[in-house]
Amino acid sequence: MAKSDQGRLRSVSYLLIRSVLPILMALVVAGILLVIIGKDPIGFYIGVFQNGIMGDNWQHSLVMMTPLLLIAIGLIVAFRGQLWNLGYDGQFLLAGVVVAGLAPQLIEATSPGVAYLLLTIAAVVVGAAWTYIPAHLKARFGTNEIITTLVMSIIGVGLTNILIHYFFQDPSVRTPRTSSIPMDVMLPYIPGTHVHVGFIIAIIAAIVFQFILKRTSFGLRLDVFGASPKSARHVGIKSGRMIILLFAISGGLIGLAASMDIFGQWGYMRTNWNPAYGDEIVPFVFLARLSPLGAIPFIAFYSVFATGGMIASQEAGFSSQFLKVIVALILIFMAITEYIGTKRDLGQSYLPDELKETIKRPFANFASRGGKP
Amino acid sequence: MSDLLTPVFIAAFIGACIAGAIPLMLAAIGETVGEQSGVLNLGIEGMMLMGAYFGYVVALDTGSLWWGMLGGAVAGAGMSLVLMILSVWLGLNQIVLGIAITLAGVGTTTVLYNQTYSQTAPRVDPSPWVIPGLSKIPVIGQSVFSQSGIFWGAIILAVAVSWLLSRTNWGLCIKAAGQKPSSLDAAGGSVMKTRSQAVLVGGVFAGLGGAYLSLVETSAFTPHMTNGLGYIAIIVTMLSRGRILWVAVVSFAYGLTVAVGTALQLTSLDIPTDVITMLPYIVVMLVLLIFARNVYISPALGAPYTRGAR
Repeated sequence: MAKSDQGRLRSVSYLLIRSVLPILMALVVAGILLVIIGKDPIGFYIGVFQNGIMGDNWQHSLVMMTPLLLIAIGLIVAFRGQLWNLGYDGQFLLAGVVVAGLAPQLIEATSPGVAYLLLTIAAVVVGAAWTYIPAHLKARFGTNEIITTLVMSIIGVGLTNILIHYFFQDPSVRTPRTSSIPMDVMLPYIPGTHVHVGFIIAIIAAIVFQFILKRTSFGLRLDVFGASPKSARHVGIKSGRMIILLFAISGGLIGLAASMDIFGQWGYMRTNWNPAYGDEIVPFVFLARLSPLGAIPFIAFYSVFATGGMIASQEAGFSSQFLKVIVALILIFMAITEYIGTKRDLGQSYLPDELKETIKRPFANFASRGGKP
Repeated sequence: MSDLLTPVFIAAFIGACIAGAIPLMLAAIGETVGEQSGVLNLGIEGMMLMGAYFGYVVALDTGSLWWGMLGGAVAGAGMSLVLMILSVWLGLNQIVLGIAITLAGVGTTTVLYNQTYSQTAPRVDPSPWVIPGLSKIPVIGQSVFSQSGIFWGAIILAVAVSWLLSRTNWGLCIKAAGQKPSSLDAAGGSVMKTRSQAVLVGGVFAGLGGAYLSLVETSAFTPHMTNGLGYIAIIVTMLSRGRILWVAVVSFAYGLTVAVGTALQLTSLDIPTDVITMLPYIVVMLVLLIFARNVYISPALGAPYTRGAR
């Protein structure tokens, strides 16, 4: 009994190390990079902490976390099926512009509650619909979905601007933007905070999808499909239908994220606005081992980091795009940690045979000539 | 409309075509070599941006476009080292690394640009080679034969890679590594070495493409100036099935849509700029929809090779 507890403790600590180590290493290397360009890394990280958590700032972080967590769940569903939905920007913005454009009038015509319900459904449908072409091409012809989702995303971003210009323009202003949802009918705050209830919806979605993925037959079939589409066919899972369904769920969740973000945080949309929420959360989804509940702490961490980092980087005098570099470092260190961890679990050598041979060959040649070059 | 079809306009149109096509062609050539060897380089966007930025910096420092192009090539190759070591040597996930390289390229170049040239935004001197005699030909003379010397360099490189891929042993090794790596291994070749070379070549060409974009096409660097061109390069690669001639043809077709978009803005028709910027992407998507059946991908693409594994 004690032994198995110990084993479990060890496996949990392994898991923690593997998940947290890449982030720590990335922060250290990013700090070194900051020193190289002549900035103060310690000051920057303190600034991130102060602007992300201290005072009331944690509430800003939670507001930011709402769309991020929903997008993360959307990515998890697709990634579990080995489908790379990288078109999140287009799906998010299109769903966002539809709800932002229709909301003010619909709220006036009906009640906020009814309008939000209808528009949320609309956002989910729009997000899901924008994945259809890539999903269809993948299902029918096996066309690489990474490329098609990215191109559809770029088209979606352009279409968003066109929709604002020609359909949803606020007639009372000159700048290209939609009308605002009146402040007093935006999504209510969670009592005692300035965090809108969309946050609770995001948490509920995480719990629901955790259940679906881990406890239902659909989740099991999804995992079988993700592990090997070929074997999935043998147990009667139709791969074409699965691809389209997974893409639709993924896009739908991203659409939901857009509606919550518009209703709760922004209230309107303007042209050329692209928060690009998706790009930066890809590594955290993997660090959470594609588990919706597991994603919560990682997304919370990134929300704090992004909220604080945006302000801290401006205060320190460099572009907030530096956050992208940190995320890239996390991805790279994550891949390396994962590699070392797998090799360790399997008891294999850390270097592939061919690489070892290539390295050894010059030495072997040198030795066979009796040490004479 | 007829008043648009003046020789000056047509010359500018052909010029815009070439300007849109060459960066894409260079990047797609690099991607083709990589994909033929079985490595999917998704970080091409980041490599292009690094090439664009460092090419710009080197060109400003040395005052020479040629050194700038070399700087861009080195920067692209430097980024591809990450992919080479982690993916080809150790077998880590190419997609994850590709996303990482793209993010790193976007972030690094933006941060560095803001630290260095964002206030002054100096421009690079273009140095067109006005070829004597030929440049006197109406229309074509002003557009094709008054291009920068780098344009001719790019054409020569394209021909060279085409020859290397289709006529040499090296090209055969590259294709074997992408088709059936185990057979290359059995024949005494090294999959790792072949793929490493292919990835480096891919990085060099992505860097060259980026540098062409900043040095020749726009004469300056702006953050995230590639704006998805790297992904288009991947699509061009998929459509041209490993043949460099087709890479060139498809790239020029893309250049044509860019030029048509620019020309449409000059007409009295009221077409929003968003439609114009979307145009090439919509064309690409339509082409993919129509020719989806013909898209070709190396069988071993994206799969790391482990000797003896089945």
